[in-house]
Amino acid sequence: MRAEAGISHVPAGPRPMALQARGLEVRLGPGGRVCALKGLDLTVHEGERVAVVGANGSGKSTLLRALHGLLPLQRGDVLRGPGRQAMLFQRPYLLRLSALNNVRVGLWLQGLAWRATHEPAWQALERVGLAALAHRNGRALSGGQQQRLALARAWALRPAVWLLDEPTASLDPHAKREVETLMAEFAAEPGTTLLFSSHNLGQVKRLASRVLYLEGGQLLADLPVHRFFNDHALAATCPPAWAFLQGETA
Amino acid sequence: MNTFSDSVSTAVGLVLSMDPGLWAVVGRSLAVSATACLLACAVGLSVGAWLGVARFRGRGAVITVLNAALAVPSVVVGLVVYLVLSRSGPLGFLGWLFSFQAMVLAQTLLVLPVAIALTRQAVEDVDRQHGEQLASLGARVGWRGALLAWDERYALLTVVITVFGRAIAEVGAVMIVGGNIDGFTRVMTTAIALETSKGDLPMALGLGIVLMAVVLLLNALVSLLRRWRERVDTAPVHAGAMGWSA
Repeated sequence: MRAEAGISHVPAGPRPMALQARGLEVRLGPGGRVCALKGLDLTVHEGERVAVVGANGSGKSTLLRALHGLLPLQRGDVLRGPGRQAMLFQRPYLLRLSALNNVRVGLWLQGLAWRATHEPAWQALERVGLAALAHRNGRALSGGQQQRLALARAWALRPAVWLLDEPTASLDPHAKREVETLMAEFAAEPGTTLLFSSHNLGQVKRLASRVLYLEGGQLLADLPVHRFFNDHALAATCPPAWAFLQGETA
Repeated sequence: MNTFSDSVSTAVGLVLSMDPGLWAVVGRSLAVSATACLLACAVGLSVGAWLGVARFRGRGAVITVLNAALAVPSVVVGLVVYLVLSRSGPLGFLGWLFSFQAMVLAQTLLVLPVAIALTRQAVEDVDRQHGEQLASLGARVGWRGALLAWDERYALLTVVITVFGRAIAEVGAVMIVGGNIDGFTRVMTTAIALETSKGDLPMALGLGIVLMAVVLLLNALVSLLRRWRERVDTAPVHAGAMGWSA
């Protein structure tokens, strides 16, 4: 289903498409009884920074997982632009290996020879400020360091599209700031597209250029970030999004 | 009670005096079960890890059959192996009946479902939680299973111990396919059964003590290994250690 009438879609612009979902329907649970995404249409262009917001169970994580090809689609399809795609999760899964080897495994799974993974893995650790902890077991790192390690593992793949599922939700304020700074830096790299879900509206304001509001697996609003937060017409055009905003900012 | 305490003291004496008859049986028993455990784990851990992450039509039926195989009595396995290895059986030409190889084969078949089922469960549990993160990195089913099994290797040590424990403690299959031939196919469990029926309780108890000691020792080793790894995992890894063990 398209965003409801009256809600402006972000103009496509001249930039090439990075990611497109057409009529996306995803069913979850035993026998696919729960319809987690209901015919969702979405186009994200290269260089966009898109935040996905909504209450718990609204379909944010499902959307990101479906866009990354981790869920079977009941209907619809996902088209990807050129370049790699990387996904980050709220709680990163790190192998019982050193930080360096965790990054190397990510590269190796992409088809790089093990020997050739050393240099790019080091670069990635340096990029996120974890080079000093390269030989420490990934599981022994703090929550913030683990998330930065997961960012390094993804960054090493040089993704064109980042999908981040509440990447700072379980972090303390300091770690949250560190991860958010890295996200902003990665998003600023030329040709990079960012799509992230978050409950942190401050973070959405700081990072996003466009906001998608989901409810019950439907895309109810798709607006530039300044309009989503400042346009009082939202109360009339999309009451659920308005109510969500009032609730979150109360 | 006197008979029991006398038997225990005589058994301890036999163990401590390094009785050659007793230790020959112990050595054979360990060799048969360790070989069976090695073979079953080599196949079982791989198949179990794959089954833990693979999704295919009929998977539920495969798992049901596998779980049912856990409860197959060892004498039934022994009987099947006996028929297969008997002179008129399909593998009769090997001439393995009443030999070390026959006992290894029977024990391997007996414990293989244990290795597969327990590994499958361990890997499936962790795959359910984290498998999609590995998939998001590009790990296909085979590699995902292998990586998760590797990552859960300390949990899988318990599977190996369970497999060994089941192998070394079974009596029915080795009795049927080994024949309990003195100095040739007699192992601890068949010897215990025989000595008990003969009334030689000290020898039976001595073997029982050794059997318990072996199992206890293995469990203690695994426990120590786990504690050591937990300490290593939370400490900095040596700068030179770049391999998979890091």
